[in-house]
Amino acid sequence: MLRIPCPWCGERDYNEFRYGGDADKVRPPFGKPAVEGADLKAWHDQVFVFDNPKGPHKEYWQHVQGCRHWLVLERNTATNQVLQAWPAREFALARVKP
Amino acid sequence: MTRYNAFALLSHALTGKKWPLAWRSPAPKASYDIVIVGGGGHGLATAHYLAKNHGITNVAVIEKSYIGSGNVGRNTTLVRSNYQMPGNTEFFEHSLKLWEGLSHDLNYNVMLSQRGQIVLAHGPVQLDVLARKGNTMRLNGIDAELLDRGQVQKLIPYCGFSPESRWPIYGALLQRRAGTARHDAVAWGYARSASEAGIDIIENCEVTGFVRDGDAVIGVETTRGRILAARTGIAVAGHSSQVAALAGLKLPVESHILQAFVSEPIKPLVDHVISFGAELFYISQSDKGGLVFGGHIDGFNTYTQRGQLPKVQTVMECLVALIPAAARLRLLRHWGGIQDMTPDGSPFICATPLPNLYLNGGWCYQGFKATPASGTTYARLLATGQDHPLAAHFQLDRTMRGDGLDEYGLGNWTWKQ
Repeated sequence: MLRIPCPWCGERDYNEFRYGGDADKVRPPFGKPAVEGADLKAWHDQVFVFDNPKGPHKEYWQHVQGCRHWLVLERNTATNQVLQAWPAREFALARVKP
Repeated sequence: MTRYNAFALLSHALTGKKWPLAWRSPAPKASYDIVIVGGGGHGLATAHYLAKNHGITNVAVIEKSYIGSGNVGRNTTLVRSNYQMPGNTEFFEHSLKLWEGLSHDLNYNVMLSQRGQIVLAHGPVQLDVLARKGNTMRLNGIDAELLDRGQVQKLIPYCGFSPESRWPIYGALLQRRAGTARHDAVAWGYARSASEAGIDIIENCEVTGFVRDGDAVIGVETTRGRILAARTGIAVAGHSSQVAALAGLKLPVESHILQAFVSEPIKPLVDHVISFGAELFYISQSDKGGLVFGGHIDGFNTYTQRGQLPKVQTVMECLVALIPAAARLRLLRHWGGIQDMTPDGSPFICATPLPNLYLNGGWCYQGFKATPASGTTYARLLATGQDHPLAAHFQLDRTMRGDGLDEYGLGNWTWKQ
Protein backbone atom coordinates (compact mmCIF):
# COMPACT_ATOMS: atom_id res chain seq x y z
CA MET A 1 0.00 0.00 0.00
CA LEU A 2 1.28 3.42 -0.95
CA ARG A 3 1.17 5.60 2.18
CA ILE A 4 1.23 9.36 1.69
CA PRO A 5 2.54 11.69 4.41
CA CYS A 6 -0.07 14.45 4.42
CA PRO A 7 1.59 17.60 5.79
CA TRP A 8 -1.53 18.26 7.90
CA CYS A 9 -2.92 14.82 8.81
CA GLY A 10 0.16 12.60 8.87
CA GLU A 11 0.74 9.37 6.97
CA ARG A 12 -2.42 7.92 5.42
CA ASP A 13 -3.35 5.25 2.83
CA TYR A 14 -3.16 6.59 -0.70
CA ASN A 15 -6.80 5.83 -1.45
CA GLU A 16 -7.84 8.67 0.86
CA PHE A 17 -6.27 10.94 -1.76
CA ARG A 18 -7.05 11.94 -5.30
CA TYR A 19 -4.17 11.99 -7.78
CA GLY A 20 -3.62 15.30 -9.56
CA GLY A 21 -0.80 14.73 -12.02
CA ASP A 22 2.74 15.88 -12.63
CA ALA A 23 3.67 18.86 -10.42
CA ASP A 24 6.90 19.65 -12.23
CA LYS A 25 5.00 21.05 -15.18
CA VAL A 26 5.08 24.85 -15.16
CA ARG A 27 2.19 26.76 -16.69
CA PRO A 28 3.19 29.06 -19.53
CA PRO A 29 2.65 32.74 -18.69
CA PHE A 30 -0.89 34.06 -19.14
CA GLY A 31 -1.58 37.09 -21.27
CA LYS A 32 -1.01 36.22 -24.87
CA PRO A 33 -3.60 34.19 -26.77
CA ALA A 34 -2.20 30.75 -27.36
CA VAL A 35 -3.46 30.16 -30.87
CA GLU A 36 -0.32 29.50 -32.85
CA GLY A 37 3.44 29.09 -32.87
CA ALA A 38 5.53 28.83 -29.73
CA ASP A 39 2.68 29.86 -27.40
CA LEU A 40 0.43 27.10 -28.66
CA LYS A 41 3.28 24.60 -28.44
CA ALA A 42 3.99 25.62 -24.84
CA TRP A 43 0.34 25.20 -23.81
CA HIS A 44 0.03 21.96 -25.75
CA ASP A 45 3.05 20.51 -23.97
CA GLN A 46 1.73 21.71 -20.61
CA VAL A 47 -1.52 19.82 -21.18
CA PHE A 48 -0.54 16.79 -23.23
CA VAL A 49 3.16 15.93 -22.89
CA PHE A 50 4.71 14.14 -19.92
CA ASP A 51 8.25 13.66 -18.64
CA ASN A 52 7.05 10.28 -17.32
CA PRO A 53 10.32 9.56 -15.48
CA LYS A 54 11.25 6.13 -14.12
CA GLY A 55 12.53 7.47 -10.83
CA PRO A 56 11.75 10.48 -8.63
CA HIS A 57 8.52 12.21 -9.71
CA LYS A 58 6.81 15.21 -8.12
CA GLU A 59 3.04 15.04 -8.31
CA TYR A 60 -0.11 16.64 -6.92
CA TRP A 61 -2.43 14.78 -4.58
CA GLN A 62 -5.54 16.08 -2.83
CA HIS A 63 -6.51 14.62 0.54
CA VAL A 64 -10.17 14.36 -0.45
CA GLN A 65 -11.14 12.07 2.42
CA GLY A 66 -9.19 14.07 5.00
CA CYS A 67 -8.29 17.74 5.21
CA ARG A 68 -9.04 18.32 1.48
CA HIS A 69 -5.75 20.22 1.12
CA TRP A 70 -3.58 19.77 -1.95
CA LEU A 71 -0.03 18.59 -1.49
CA VAL A 72 2.98 17.78 -3.63
CA LEU A 73 4.50 14.34 -3.16
CA GLU A 74 7.88 13.25 -4.42
CA ARG A 75 7.75 9.51 -5.15
CA ASN A 76 10.04 7.10 -6.98
CA THR A 77 7.91 5.71 -9.80
CA ALA A 78 10.20 2.67 -10.16
CA THR A 79 9.54 1.53 -6.57
CA ASN A 80 6.69 3.70 -5.21
CA GLN A 81 9.07 4.75 -2.43
CA VAL A 82 7.89 8.04 -0.91
CA LEU A 83 10.66 10.63 -0.77
CA GLN A 84 9.14 13.90 0.41
CA ALA A 85 5.91 15.88 0.69
CA TRP A 86 5.14 19.60 0.76
CA PRO A 87 1.97 21.64 1.07
CA ALA A 88 1.14 22.50 -2.55
CA ARG A 89 1.10 26.22 -1.72
CA GLU A 90 4.62 26.14 -0.28
CA PHE A 91 5.83 24.17 -3.27
CA ALA A 92 4.33 26.70 -5.68
CA LEU A 93 5.65 29.71 -3.77
CA ALA A 94 9.16 28.22 -3.61
CA ARG A 95 9.03 27.78 -7.36
CA VAL A 96 8.05 31.38 -8.21
CA LYS A 97 10.62 32.92 -5.82
CA PRO A 98 14.12 33.35 -7.29
CA MET B 1 11.48 -25.72 -40.14
CA THR B 2 8.88 -28.33 -39.19
CA ARG B 3 5.38 -27.32 -40.08
CA TYR B 4 2.90 -28.03 -37.36
CA ASN B 5 0.17 -30.38 -38.57
CA ALA B 6 -1.53 -33.62 -37.60
CA PHE B 7 1.05 -35.74 -39.43
CA ALA B 8 4.00 -34.04 -37.71
CA LEU B 9 2.28 -34.39 -34.35
CA LEU B 10 1.70 -38.11 -34.93
CA SER B 11 5.20 -38.79 -36.17
CA HIS B 12 6.76 -36.98 -33.21
CA ALA B 13 4.46 -38.83 -30.86
CA LEU B 14 5.42 -42.22 -32.33
CA THR B 15 9.14 -41.63 -32.74
CA GLY B 16 9.74 -39.49 -29.68
CA LYS B 17 11.76 -37.13 -31.85
CA LYS B 18 12.40 -33.76 -30.24
CA TRP B 19 10.64 -30.72 -31.64
CA PRO B 20 13.04 -28.11 -33.00
CA LEU B 21 13.26 -24.74 -31.26
CA ALA B 22 10.52 -22.47 -32.54
CA TRP B 23 12.88 -19.64 -33.39
CA ARG B 24 16.62 -19.15 -33.88
CA SER B 25 18.85 -17.22 -31.46
CA PRO B 26 21.32 -15.52 -33.80
CA ALA B 27 24.05 -13.07 -32.83
CA PRO B 28 23.22 -9.56 -33.99
CA LYS B 29 24.69 -8.49 -37.33
CA ALA B 30 26.38 -5.11 -37.72
CA SER B 31 23.53 -3.65 -39.75
CA TYR B 32 19.99 -4.30 -40.96
CA ASP B 33 17.45 -2.63 -43.21
CA ILE B 34 15.08 -2.31 -40.29
CA VAL B 35 15.61 -2.66 -36.55
CA ILE B 36 12.55 -3.05 -34.32
CA VAL B 37 13.14 -2.14 -30.69
CA GLY B 38 10.95 -4.38 -28.55
CA GLY B 39 10.15 -8.08 -29.03
CA GLY B 40 6.62 -7.95 -27.66
CA GLY B 41 3.50 -8.85 -29.56
CA HIS B 42 3.56 -5.72 -31.70
CA GLY B 43 7.27 -5.86 -32.51
CA LEU B 44 7.06 -9.51 -33.52
CA ALA B 45 3.85 -8.99 -35.49
CA THR B 46 5.52 -6.13 -37.33
CA ALA B 47 8.45 -8.41 -38.18
CA HIS B 48 6.09 -11.12 -39.45
CA TYR B 49 4.18 -8.70 -41.72
CA LEU B 50 7.39 -7.05 -42.96
CA ALA B 51 8.38 -10.44 -44.32
CA LYS B 52 4.93 -11.55 -45.44
CA ASN B 53 3.50 -8.34 -46.94
CA HIS B 54 6.64 -6.51 -48.01
CA GLY B 55 9.26 -9.22 -48.54
CA ILE B 56 11.71 -7.45 -46.23
CA THR B 57 13.64 -9.94 -44.11
CA ASN B 58 16.90 -8.12 -43.35
CA VAL B 59 15.31 -7.15 -40.05
CA ALA B 60 16.22 -7.51 -36.38
CA VAL B 61 13.83 -7.53 -33.45
CA ILE B 62 15.70 -6.52 -30.30
CA GLU B 63 14.24 -7.58 -26.96
CA LYS B 64 15.78 -6.63 -23.63
CA SER B 65 14.43 -9.74 -21.88
CA TYR B 66 12.94 -12.93 -23.31
CA ILE B 67 10.04 -13.28 -25.77
CA GLY B 68 6.74 -13.17 -23.92
CA SER B 69 8.13 -11.54 -20.78
CA GLY B 70 6.29 -8.25 -21.16
CA ASN B 71 2.74 -7.12 -21.73
CA VAL B 72 2.02 -9.74 -24.40
CA GLY B 73 2.14 -12.29 -21.59
CA ARG B 74 0.41 -10.10 -19.00
CA ASN B 75 -2.87 -9.08 -20.62
CA THR B 76 -6.30 -10.66 -20.21
CA THR B 77 -6.32 -11.98 -23.82
CA LEU B 78 -9.51 -10.28 -25.05
CA VAL B 79 -10.08 -9.50 -28.72
CA ARG B 80 -13.00 -7.37 -29.91
CA SER B 81 -13.80 -4.50 -32.27
CA ASN B 82 -16.54 -2.51 -30.55
CA TYR B 83 -15.24 1.00 -31.14
CA GLN B 84 -17.22 3.93 -32.41
CA MET B 85 -14.87 6.66 -33.56
CA PRO B 86 -13.64 6.90 -37.14
CA GLY B 87 -9.97 6.02 -36.94
CA ASN B 88 -10.56 3.36 -34.29
CA THR B 89 -13.52 1.43 -35.71
CA GLU B 90 -11.96 0.30 -38.99
CA PHE B 91 -8.57 -0.29 -37.39
CA PHE B 92 -9.83 -2.65 -34.71
CA GLU B 93 -12.19 -4.41 -37.12
CA HIS B 94 -9.23 -4.98 -39.45
CA SER B 95 -7.45 -6.45 -36.45
CA LEU B 96 -10.33 -8.78 -35.61
CA LYS B 97 -10.46 -10.00 -39.21
CA LEU B 98 -6.74 -10.78 -39.05
CA TRP B 99 -7.29 -12.60 -35.74
CA GLU B 100 -9.84 -14.80 -37.49
CA GLY B 101 -7.22 -16.12 -39.92
CA LEU B 102 -4.18 -15.86 -37.68
CA SER B 103 -3.70 -19.52 -36.74
CA HIS B 104 -3.53 -20.49 -40.43
CA ASP B 105 -1.39 -17.50 -41.32
CA LEU B 106 1.17 -18.38 -38.65
CA ASN B 107 0.80 -22.18 -38.80
CA TYR B 108 0.52 -21.83 -35.04
CA ASN B 109 -2.65 -22.35 -33.03
CA VAL B 110 -3.36 -19.05 -31.27
CA MET B 111 -6.49 -20.67 -29.81
CA LEU B 112 -8.81 -17.90 -30.90
CA SER B 113 -12.15 -18.52 -29.23
CA GLN B 114 -14.92 -16.31 -30.60
CA ARG B 115 -17.15 -16.84 -27.62
CA GLY B 116 -18.77 -13.42 -27.85
CA GLN B 117 -18.44 -10.36 -25.68
CA ILE B 118 -21.41 -9.12 -23.66
CA VAL B 119 -21.22 -5.48 -22.58
CA LEU B 120 -23.80 -4.92 -19.87
CA ALA B 121 -26.08 -1.95 -19.37
CA HIS B 122 -27.52 -1.35 -15.92
CA GLY B 123 -30.17 1.17 -16.90
CA PRO B 124 -32.09 2.52 -19.89
CA VAL B 125 -29.72 5.41 -20.55
CA GLN B 126 -26.73 3.11 -20.60
CA LEU B 127 -28.55 0.80 -23.01
CA ASP B 128 -29.22 3.80 -25.28
CA VAL B 129 -25.50 4.50 -25.34
CA LEU B 130 -24.82 0.86 -26.22
CA ALA B 131 -27.50 0.98 -28.95
CA ARG B 132 -25.68 3.92 -30.49
CA LYS B 133 -22.38 2.09 -30.28
CA GLY B 134 -23.96 -1.02 -31.82
CA ASN B 135 -25.44 1.04 -34.66
CA THR B 136 -22.05 2.60 -35.37
CA MET B 137 -20.52 -0.85 -35.50
CA ARG B 138 -23.21 -2.21 -37.83
CA LEU B 139 -22.87 0.77 -40.16
CA ASN B 140 -19.20 -0.20 -40.41
CA GLY B 141 -20.08 -3.80 -41.21
CA ILE B 142 -19.23 -5.11 -37.73
CA ASP B 143 -21.57 -7.50 -35.97
CA ALA B 144 -23.45 -6.19 -32.95
CA GLU B 145 -26.69 -7.25 -31.28
CA LEU B 146 -28.66 -5.35 -28.70
CA LEU B 147 -30.11 -7.65 -26.04
CA ASP B 148 -32.86 -7.03 -23.50
CA ARG B 149 -32.73 -8.33 -19.94
CA GLY B 150 -34.44 -11.62 -20.76
CA GLN B 151 -32.06 -12.36 -23.63
CA VAL B 152 -29.08 -11.58 -21.42
CA GLN B 153 -30.41 -13.82 -18.67
CA LYS B 154 -30.64 -16.74 -21.11
CA LEU B 155 -26.98 -16.29 -22.02
CA ILE B 156 -25.51 -15.67 -18.56
CA PRO B 157 -28.07 -16.88 -15.98
CA TYR B 158 -25.38 -17.17 -13.28
CA CYS B 159 -24.97 -13.38 -13.08
CA GLY B 160 -26.74 -11.30 -10.46
CA PHE B 161 -30.31 -11.05 -11.78
CA SER B 162 -31.88 -10.79 -8.32
CA PRO B 163 -34.26 -7.83 -7.81
CA GLU B 164 -32.08 -6.76 -4.87
CA SER B 165 -28.99 -6.59 -7.09
CA ARG B 166 -27.04 -3.37 -6.53
CA TRP B 167 -26.56 -3.00 -10.31
CA PRO B 168 -29.54 -4.71 -11.95
CA ILE B 169 -28.85 -5.92 -15.48
CA TYR B 170 -31.04 -4.00 -17.91
CA GLY B 171 -29.69 -5.17 -21.25
CA ALA B 172 -26.49 -5.64 -23.17
CA LEU B 173 -24.62 -5.22 -26.42
CA LEU B 174 -23.29 -8.50 -27.80
CA GLN B 175 -20.51 -8.88 -30.32
CA ARG B 176 -20.46 -12.57 -31.20
CA ARG B 177 -17.16 -12.43 -33.10
CA ALA B 178 -15.30 -11.09 -30.08
CA GLY B 179 -13.57 -13.47 -27.71
CA THR B 180 -10.18 -14.50 -26.43
CA ALA B 181 -6.89 -15.77 -27.84
CA ARG B 182 -3.97 -17.50 -26.16
CA HIS B 183 -1.57 -14.61 -25.59
CA ASP B 184 1.68 -16.56 -25.28
CA ALA B 185 0.88 -18.46 -28.47
CA VAL B 186 0.48 -15.15 -30.27
CA ALA B 187 3.98 -14.06 -29.26
CA TRP B 188 5.50 -17.47 -30.00
CA GLY B 189 3.64 -17.86 -33.30
CA TYR B 190 4.73 -14.46 -34.62
CA ALA B 191 8.32 -15.06 -33.40
CA ARG B 192 8.47 -18.46 -35.09
CA SER B 193 7.04 -17.17 -38.34
CA ALA B 194 9.36 -14.14 -38.45
CA SER B 195 12.39 -16.26 -37.61
CA GLU B 196 11.48 -18.77 -40.30
CA ALA B 197 11.37 -15.95 -42.83
CA GLY B 198 14.95 -15.04 -41.91
CA ILE B 199 14.36 -12.23 -39.44
CA ASP B 200 16.74 -12.16 -36.46
CA ILE B 201 15.11 -12.18 -33.04
CA ILE B 202 17.72 -11.07 -30.53
CA GLU B 203 16.72 -11.68 -26.94
CA ASN B 204 18.44 -10.42 -23.80
CA CYS B 205 19.73 -7.39 -25.67
CA GLU B 206 18.77 -3.99 -24.31
CA VAL B 207 18.84 -0.83 -26.37
CA THR B 208 20.89 1.77 -24.49
CA GLY B 209 20.88 4.58 -27.03
CA PHE B 210 20.35 5.63 -30.62
CA VAL B 211 23.10 6.18 -33.17
CA ARG B 212 22.62 9.59 -34.73
CA ASP B 213 23.76 11.26 -37.92
CA GLY B 214 22.69 14.82 -37.30
CA ASP B 215 18.97 14.57 -36.56
CA ALA B 216 18.56 11.25 -38.29
CA VAL B 217 18.62 7.96 -36.41
CA ILE B 218 20.90 5.46 -38.14
CA GLY B 219 20.88 2.62 -35.63
CA VAL B 220 20.90 1.61 -32.00
CA GLU B 221 23.47 1.10 -29.28
CA THR B 222 22.74 -2.10 -27.38
CA THR B 223 24.20 -4.19 -24.59
CA ARG B 224 25.46 -6.47 -27.41
CA GLY B 225 27.06 -3.74 -29.45
CA ARG B 226 26.13 -1.18 -32.08
CA ILE B 227 23.56 -2.21 -34.69
CA LEU B 228 23.00 0.09 -37.67
CA ALA B 229 19.69 0.32 -39.49
CA ALA B 230 18.21 2.28 -42.37
CA ARG B 231 15.00 2.58 -40.36
CA THR B 232 14.42 2.07 -36.65
CA GLY B 233 11.03 1.36 -35.11
CA ILE B 234 10.15 1.60 -31.43
CA ALA B 235 7.53 -0.88 -30.16
CA VAL B 236 8.00 -0.94 -26.41
CA ALA B 237 4.62 0.20 -25.04
CA GLY B 238 4.83 0.55 -21.28
CA HIS B 239 8.28 2.07 -21.58
CA SER B 240 7.83 4.22 -24.71
CA SER B 241 8.81 7.36 -22.80
CA GLN B 242 12.02 5.72 -21.61
CA VAL B 243 13.15 4.59 -25.05
CA ALA B 244 12.04 7.80 -26.78
CA ALA B 245 14.00 9.78 -24.17
CA LEU B 246 17.16 8.02 -25.42
CA ALA B 247 16.53 9.91 -28.67
CA GLY B 248 15.72 13.14 -26.83
CA LEU B 249 11.95 12.90 -27.50
CA LYS B 250 9.17 13.63 -25.03
CA LEU B 251 5.86 11.88 -25.67
CA PRO B 252 2.20 12.41 -24.74
CA VAL B 253 2.45 9.25 -22.69
CA GLU B 254 2.40 8.32 -19.01
CA SER B 255 3.12 4.82 -17.68
CA HIS B 256 0.42 3.27 -15.52
CA ILE B 257 -0.22 -0.13 -14.00
CA LEU B 258 -3.17 -2.35 -14.87
CA GLN B 259 -3.79 -5.35 -12.65
CA ALA B 260 -5.17 -8.72 -13.73
CA PHE B 261 -6.42 -11.67 -11.72
CA VAL B 262 -7.01 -15.41 -12.03
CA SER B 263 -9.20 -17.44 -9.70
CA GLU B 264 -8.74 -21.09 -8.81
CA PRO B 265 -9.90 -23.33 -11.69
CA ILE B 266 -13.55 -24.31 -11.76
CA LYS B 267 -15.73 -26.23 -14.18
CA PRO B 268 -16.94 -24.30 -17.25
CA LEU B 269 -19.16 -21.44 -16.15
CA VAL B 270 -18.38 -18.21 -17.99
CA ASP B 271 -18.57 -19.08 -21.68
CA HIS B 272 -18.48 -15.46 -22.91
CA VAL B 273 -16.45 -12.39 -22.24
CA ILE B 274 -18.53 -10.17 -19.97
CA SER B 275 -17.92 -6.47 -19.42
CA PHE B 276 -19.57 -4.98 -16.35
CA GLY B 277 -21.32 -1.68 -17.01
CA ALA B 278 -21.15 -0.09 -13.57
CA GLU B 279 -17.36 0.10 -13.42
CA LEU B 280 -14.51 -0.89 -15.68
CA PHE B 281 -14.46 -4.65 -15.10
CA TYR B 282 -14.34 -7.60 -17.49
CA ILE B 283 -14.19 -11.36 -17.07
CA SER B 284 -13.70 -14.52 -19.08
CA GLN B 285 -12.80 -18.10 -18.24
CA SER B 286 -9.56 -19.69 -19.38
CA ASP B 287 -9.30 -23.16 -20.85
CA LYS B 288 -7.73 -24.29 -17.58
CA GLY B 289 -10.89 -23.16 -15.80
CA GLY B 290 -9.65 -20.10 -13.96
CA LEU B 291 -11.76 -16.99 -14.12
CA VAL B 292 -9.59 -14.29 -15.70
CA PHE B 293 -10.60 -10.75 -14.85
CA GLY B 294 -9.38 -7.23 -14.46
CA GLY B 295 -10.43 -3.68 -13.73
CA HIS B 296 -9.23 -0.15 -14.14
CA ILE B 297 -5.69 1.20 -13.77
CA ASP B 298 -4.51 2.03 -10.26
CA GLY B 299 -4.77 5.74 -11.00
CA PHE B 300 -1.27 7.14 -10.63
CA ASN B 301 1.78 6.69 -12.83
CA THR B 302 4.17 3.95 -11.81
CA TYR B 303 6.60 1.43 -13.28
CA THR B 304 6.27 -1.07 -10.43
CA GLN B 305 4.66 -4.21 -11.78
CA ARG B 306 2.92 -4.64 -8.43
CA GLY B 307 -0.54 -3.20 -7.93
CA GLN B 308 -2.16 -1.54 -4.95
CA LEU B 309 -4.54 -3.45 -2.66
CA PRO B 310 -7.48 -0.98 -2.75
CA LYS B 311 -7.78 -1.68 -6.49
CA VAL B 312 -7.73 -5.42 -5.76
CA GLN B 313 -10.65 -4.87 -3.41
CA THR B 314 -12.57 -2.79 -5.96
CA VAL B 315 -12.13 -5.45 -8.63
CA MET B 316 -13.30 -8.20 -6.26
CA GLU B 317 -16.36 -6.11 -5.38
CA CYS B 318 -17.15 -5.79 -9.08
CA LEU B 319 -16.76 -9.54 -9.54
CA VAL B 320 -19.13 -10.33 -6.68
CA ALA B 321 -21.63 -7.69 -7.77
CA LEU B 322 -21.68 -9.25 -11.24
CA ILE B 323 -21.47 -12.94 -10.27
CA PRO B 324 -22.51 -13.35 -6.62
CA ALA B 325 -21.53 -17.04 -6.58
CA ALA B 326 -17.93 -16.05 -7.26
CA ALA B 327 -17.67 -14.79 -3.67
CA ARG B 328 -16.82 -18.37 -2.66
CA LEU B 329 -13.89 -18.63 -5.06
CA ARG B 330 -10.30 -18.13 -4.00
CA LEU B 331 -7.92 -15.94 -5.93
CA LEU B 332 -5.10 -17.98 -7.43
CA ARG B 333 -2.77 -15.23 -8.57
CA HIS B 334 -2.68 -11.62 -9.61
CA TRP B 335 -0.17 -9.47 -11.40
CA GLY B 336 0.37 -6.10 -12.99
CA GLY B 337 1.52 -4.82 -16.35
CA ILE B 338 2.82 -1.37 -17.21
CA GLN B 339 1.16 0.35 -20.12
CA ASP B 340 1.46 3.62 -21.97
CA MET B 341 -1.53 5.81 -21.18
CA THR B 342 -2.13 8.68 -23.60
CA PRO B 343 -4.14 11.88 -23.05
CA ASP B 344 -6.89 10.77 -25.44
CA GLY B 345 -6.77 7.01 -24.85
CA SER B 346 -5.57 6.21 -28.37
CA PRO B 347 -2.25 4.86 -29.67
CA PHE B 348 0.55 6.09 -31.92
CA ILE B 349 1.75 4.39 -35.12
CA CYS B 350 3.67 7.13 -36.83
CA ALA B 351 6.88 8.82 -37.84
CA THR B 352 8.68 10.88 -35.19
CA PRO B 353 10.27 14.32 -35.64
CA LEU B 354 13.59 12.47 -36.11
CA PRO B 355 14.21 11.12 -39.64
CA ASN B 356 14.19 7.30 -39.87
CA LEU B 357 12.85 6.83 -36.34
CA TYR B 358 9.29 5.51 -36.01
CA LEU B 359 7.01 5.03 -33.05
CA ASN B 360 4.45 2.38 -32.15
CA GLY B 361 3.12 2.88 -28.63
CA GLY B 362 0.56 4.53 -26.39
CA TRP B 363 -1.68 1.48 -26.45
CA CYS B 364 -3.51 2.11 -23.19
CA TYR B 365 -5.73 -0.98 -22.62
CA GLN B 366 -5.97 -1.88 -26.25
CA GLY B 367 -2.63 -3.42 -27.08
CA PHE B 368 -3.38 -7.11 -27.25
CA LYS B 369 -6.47 -7.01 -29.47
CA ALA B 370 -4.67 -4.58 -31.76
CA THR B 371 -1.63 -6.80 -32.26
CA PRO B 372 -2.27 -8.01 -35.85
CA ALA B 373 -3.46 -4.62 -37.15
CA SER B 374 -0.65 -2.85 -35.35
CA GLY B 375 1.78 -5.23 -37.02
CA THR B 376 0.41 -4.79 -40.55
CA THR B 377 0.17 -1.01 -40.36
CA TYR B 378 3.52 -0.52 -38.63
CA ALA B 379 5.19 -2.90 -41.11
CA ARG B 380 3.85 -0.79 -43.96
CA LEU B 381 5.11 2.40 -42.30
CA LEU B 382 8.57 0.92 -41.71
CA ALA B 383 8.75 -0.63 -45.19
CA THR B 384 7.61 2.38 -47.18
CA GLY B 385 7.81 5.40 -44.87
CA GLN B 386 4.11 5.98 -45.66
CA ASP B 387 1.29 5.75 -43.13
CA HIS B 388 -1.13 2.88 -43.59
CA PRO B 389 -4.58 4.44 -44.19
CA LEU B 390 -6.03 2.42 -41.30
CA ALA B 391 -3.54 3.92 -38.85
CA ALA B 392 -3.40 7.39 -40.37
CA HIS B 393 -5.11 8.93 -37.35
CA PHE B 394 -2.54 7.61 -34.86
CA GLN B 395 -0.16 10.56 -35.26
CA LEU B 396 1.98 12.14 -32.56
CA ASP B 397 0.82 15.64 -33.43
CA ARG B 398 -2.93 14.95 -33.40
CA THR B 399 -3.40 16.70 -30.05
CA MET B 400 -1.50 19.72 -31.38
CA ARG B 401 -3.99 19.88 -34.26
CA GLY B 402 -6.97 19.55 -31.91
CA ASP B 403 -7.70 16.18 -33.48
CA GLY B 404 -7.47 13.87 -30.48
CA LEU B 405 -9.07 10.45 -30.84
CA ASP B 406 -10.89 10.46 -27.52
CA GLU B 407 -13.07 7.37 -27.69
CA TYR B 408 -14.17 7.89 -24.07
CA GLY B 409 -14.49 11.68 -24.12
CA LEU B 410 -12.84 12.01 -20.73
CA GLY B 411 -10.48 14.94 -21.27
CA ASN B 412 -6.73 14.87 -21.32
CA TRP B 413 -6.08 12.91 -18.13
CA THR B 414 -3.93 9.88 -18.78
CA TRP B 415 -4.94 8.31 -15.49
CA LYS B 416 -8.66 8.56 -16.22
CA GLN B 417 -8.80 7.14 -19.75
